[in-house]
Amino acid sequence: MSDLPDFSSVPDERGHFGIYGGRFVSETLMGALSELEEIYARLKDDAKFRADFDYDLAHYVGRPSPLYFAERLTEKVGGAQIWLKREDLNHTGAHKINNTIGQALLAKHTGKTRVIAETGAGQHGVATATVAARLGMKCVVYMGADDVERQKLNVFRMKLLGAEVVPVTSGSRTLKDAMNEAMRDWVTNVDDTFYIIGTVAGPHPYPMLVRDFQCVIGREARAQSLAQADKLPDALVACVGGGSNAIGLFHPFLNDESVSMYGVEAAGDGIETGRHAAPLAAGRPGVLHGNRTYLMETDDGQIIETHSVSAGLDYPGVGPEHAWLKDTGRVNYVSVTDTEALNAFRELTRVEGIMPALESSHAVAYAEKLAREMPKDKMIVVNLSGRGDKDIHTVASLDHIEV
Amino acid sequence: MSRIANCFEQLSSTGRKALIPFITAGDPAPAHTVGFMHAMVEAGADIIELGVPFSDPMADGPVIQLACERSLAAGTSLSGVLKMVAEFRQSNSDTPVVLMGYLNPIEAMGYEVFADRCVEVGVDGVLLVDLPPEESGDVAPLFRERHLDLVFLLAPTTSEERVALIAKAGSGYLYYVSLKGVTGAATLDVDSVQAKVDTIRKHTKLPVGVGFGIKDADSAKAVSAVADGVVVGSALVQRIADNQGRPEVISGQLQEVLSAMRQAMDAH
Ligand SMILES: Cc1ncc(COP(=O)(O)O)c(C=O)c1O
Repeated sequence: MSDLPDFSSVPDERGHFGIYGGRFVSETLMGALSELEEIYARLKDDAKFRADFDYDLAHYVGRPSPLYFAERLTEKVGGAQIWLKREDLNHTGAHKINNTIGQALLAKHTGKTRVIAETGAGQHGVATATVAARLGMKCVVYMGADDVERQKLNVFRMKLLGAEVVPVTSGSRTLKDAMNEAMRDWVTNVDDTFYIIGTVAGPHPYPMLVRDFQCVIGREARAQSLAQADKLPDALVACVGGGSNAIGLFHPFLNDESVSMYGVEAAGDGIETGRHAAPLAAGRPGVLHGNRTYLMETDDGQIIETHSVSAGLDYPGVGPEHAWLKDTGRVNYVSVTDTEALNAFRELTRVEGIMPALESSHAVAYAEKLAREMPKDKMIVVNLSGRGDKDIHTVASLDHIEV
Repeated sequence: MSRIANCFEQLSSTGRKALIPFITAGDPAPAHTVGFMHAMVEAGADIIELGVPFSDPMADGPVIQLACERSLAAGTSLSGVLKMVAEFRQSNSDTPVVLMGYLNPIEAMGYEVFADRCVEVGVDGVLLVDLPPEESGDVAPLFRERHLDLVFLLAPTTSEERVALIAKAGSGYLYYVSLKGVTGAATLDVDSVQAKVDTIRKHTKLPVGVGFGIKDADSAKAVSAVADGVVVGSALVQRIADNQGRPEVISGQLQEVLSAMRQAMDAH
């Protein structure tokens, strides 16, 4: 009856999602990745591990996060119902903590004493520094020098949490360069260091395990929709940087044929200007950071500098499972400009009293467009992946206000 | 016999080890690379590893990262690098040339087009830092059919099981990365290199080159006592960085470093 592909078949045992994914790293890291893969395979269905993870999500992160019907926004937009999955209410303010809790548990099992992370907006850095503080582990976070500047608040938070924040000045001085530098650290310190990757990218098994940890979002949202609205949503919307909050929401719904899905990339100044961060819209397959996926690159295979007002979406690649989902046609990938995202940021703040992260504002902006085209009895769930406190400096400086 | 196999055979018949310099192609500008290659051969280089610049050289330290940036800023492309090899071959038909770099520029060109071009211009081998044997299924047969060697890396973290796998997948020579780290990192420990090279030799008859951490004549000599080839990169690339805009000075300095290594390696 169904033409849907078998979503549970990916990744294969080598970490491939169709032609995407895989493990394209230097030989030095192959051993550590196999070790991680083995540990994860052993623990993922282990009752004690699952119980520890669930316990931390409930009592430390504060899950389940609410599914909130944004009634005033819905009225204002005048179309389908807009519901918000409130990942912004998690401890540390974004979905990123779901994953770092999971990886920290894995790190503990490896016996390693030091964790490293890359970060763009600083949310993953904060979430990593947080779990490291809790485990008493040394923590080093790599962050593009430009992002250090635009996410000052998060930099200070990480320092308060005891992490060392290393500004990365090579290349485009943003997230991709932070990831390069984290990889270099890992190659050098692989014996005692666990690399906590912040999104569904990187070499196998990261895209799979980060997805699995983030799927709590979609599982909750599915149950909450049934409980609160008595039905499944008609559409899901999430922003896509590397794609972890999006896959976390989408994955548990993939077999629900009636649910359409929209992954929202950052269109920056507009796709046509070239100044954007939308590899699924305007890129092509290539290999970067350990996996094959859609990339923004020159004809010559050099990675192009990206642009987005939101540091967490400012990345030239995307998780390999999204690349695969795009090709299968199951998920629609769309994009939203800086201006549209900023408008949505202001609107949600003023209408609902909820200040979204600039990343999440991309999802809100698209959901508003979509709602307008859908009848009032339809239901859209938007992943409100994080809160906007960290972005106040960016918004203020666009308004020429000093805070 | 391939140029690489021939090179190692000749060396071993005279009891010598291969001196293998690495420079990034197009650094500081594409026009200079072929001149540097000839200068290095004159100073005693046996095989040349030519780096294909990439925007995101994840396995490289600051020295080679900056070389990639200079080279790309000067307009180097993969097809440009292949043209350099063609030009080099006009007056050198013996010295093997191995392209070293990251997978993405090759993937962007297309594996088959790339492999054909390599044969056309006289490239002998290819070493792709982020292509372990497990992911080489698409590429390896294309290279094999054309007698292009696919050189793989081995690392201190490589288990003996993987040594066996890599030894089987590789051709030309195997490249042992002597330390955990990026290019240009601290100095290596010859005893542990010796132990690992011994393990590698249990699984292969291929020559074993050692690189990362070789900076001067002393370290080159020490490594040449345990390996079949000595790779030197960052120490040369630093000379290029220090003398941008003065290609003759660079050629002279590359020769100085390599001659000293050559002498130390050949002295018994
Ligand atoms: C709040 C928020 N949402 C989304 C993202 C984008 O990441 P991903 O696409 O992996 O969810 C970030 C990344 O920093 C973030 O902080």
